[in-house]
Amino acid sequence: MIRFDNVVKRFGDLTVLEDLNFSVTPGEFVCLIGPSGSGKTTILRLLMTLEKVTEGTIYVEGRPLSHMDRNGSLTPADEKYLREARKTIGMVFQQFNLFPNMNVLRNVTEGPIRSLGKSRDEAEQKAKELLELVGLSDKLTAKPGQLSGGQQQRVAIARALAMEPRGMLLDEVTSALDPELVTGVLHLLKDIADSTDITFLCVTHEMQFARDVSDRVMMFDSGRVLEDAAPEKLFTDPDHERTRGFLHAVLDRA
Amino acid sequence: MEIWRWDRFFEVWPYIGEGLVTTITYTLLGSVVAYVLGLIFAVVRQLRIPVVDQILWGFIEFVRSTPLLVQVFFLFHVLRPELLSGTGVDLSTQRLIVGTAAVGIHYACYTSEVYRAGIEAVPRGQWEAATALSIPGMRVWTGIILPQAVPRVLPALGNYTIAMFKEVPLLFTIGVLDIVFYVKTVFASDVGGAGPEAWFAAGLTFLALSYPCSLLVRRLERRVGTV
Repeated sequence: MIRFDNVVKRFGDLTVLEDLNFSVTPGEFVCLIGPSGSGKTTILRLLMTLEKVTEGTIYVEGRPLSHMDRNGSLTPADEKYLREARKTIGMVFQQFNLFPNMNVLRNVTEGPIRSLGKSRDEAEQKAKELLELVGLSDKLTAKPGQLSGGQQQRVAIARALAMEPRGMLLDEVTSALDPELVTGVLHLLKDIADSTDITFLCVTHEMQFARDVSDRVMMFDSGRVLEDAAPEKLFTDPDHERTRGFLHAVLDRA
Repeated sequence: MEIWRWDRFFEVWPYIGEGLVTTITYTLLGSVVAYVLGLIFAVVRQLRIPVVDQILWGFIEFVRSTPLLVQVFFLFHVLRPELLSGTGVDLSTQRLIVGTAAVGIHYACYTSEVYRAGIEAVPRGQWEAATALSIPGMRVWTGIILPQAVPRVLPALGNYTIAMFKEVPLLFTIGVLDIVFYVKTVFASDVGGAGPEAWFAAGLTFLALSYPCSLLVRRLERRVGTV
């Protein structure tokens, strides 16, 4: 589904990702953990084409994300190609990023109508189903500003699902929420992961969640994958002292 | 020095009324030009198209750094004969076109900065969410960015309309029949000199309209918050 091939990302002199290689198979739920600034979020932003790779190539469903095949040679992707490539992937942000000028229903239907070319009826039908799934059927006409953080994040999840993505990127989706709202959102995500075959790439500091839902956990440190293992292994018997230290620090805080 | 003559102070009002209609007309038409053109400038600049961006930047800086009166004269005495003479448009309409264009373009260079501030105040996450949903560029502007940016800059735009209202009298110099014209020419010839009373009344007229509008803008500012 997703493959990083010798990916390097630099911001000026700062190297955020160093020669990164990994792949994610369809339907997998992969959590990315590690200290702040270790490059986890950058991976999601590269996949969503919010940033460009400095070197290397990212493949999504076998197609290079940043380059297009033109008569056998790879040329930098244009905006049209990027827009097509993005449709495979949805993203949920730490700060929700709902459109404050639109009500909940419009937030969810905007993408399907404007970018997938669905009819308003069809998009609204689907949006209502998704908003019921996330438990917000009674908030269709509310503006994002009238909702709690947890509710806003549920809308954002419904909005991403409405695009029928095959891959979902979750960027610290509970970090901006009040503690009592975190569990609900995490349960919802687990339900979605269990009931669909969407591939998930999830940056999180919720270790219990990572342990419960993921098929694989990748521990990042300074732009490299320090450890890549099944959750039982990584959380109980990590290979690296650095991983152990990080887990201790995070779990002590919680 | 003559003492204050109340008769002139009272008699000038109908003349001011005649001119005021023209002044307000130019202000409103000029505002429409400034609002629309300023928005276009701001959006085009935000697209950062090479060359176009630099040219537009240069134009805006040039207009902002030169006097409105010079621009008015340039449009009226240089461009108008080239573009409008012999088109069958009568002179008073030519004045309306030139006058509206002059104040409109001048203020567009200021309103474009206002819009720019409004656009930049929209959080980056809004653009990113729009990207993540693959929403086409035009729709991102009309459906997401501008509906958030424009309401916040309305008070600042209103302030420019008030400023423009006080600058329209400059158009007297190209023969626009505004308040200045009615006081200085029509009233003065009817009563034998305008006198301080007429000018005082003209000033009062601007004050009486500008001040309540400023208060209105301030109320609007409190409602939408400033950028």
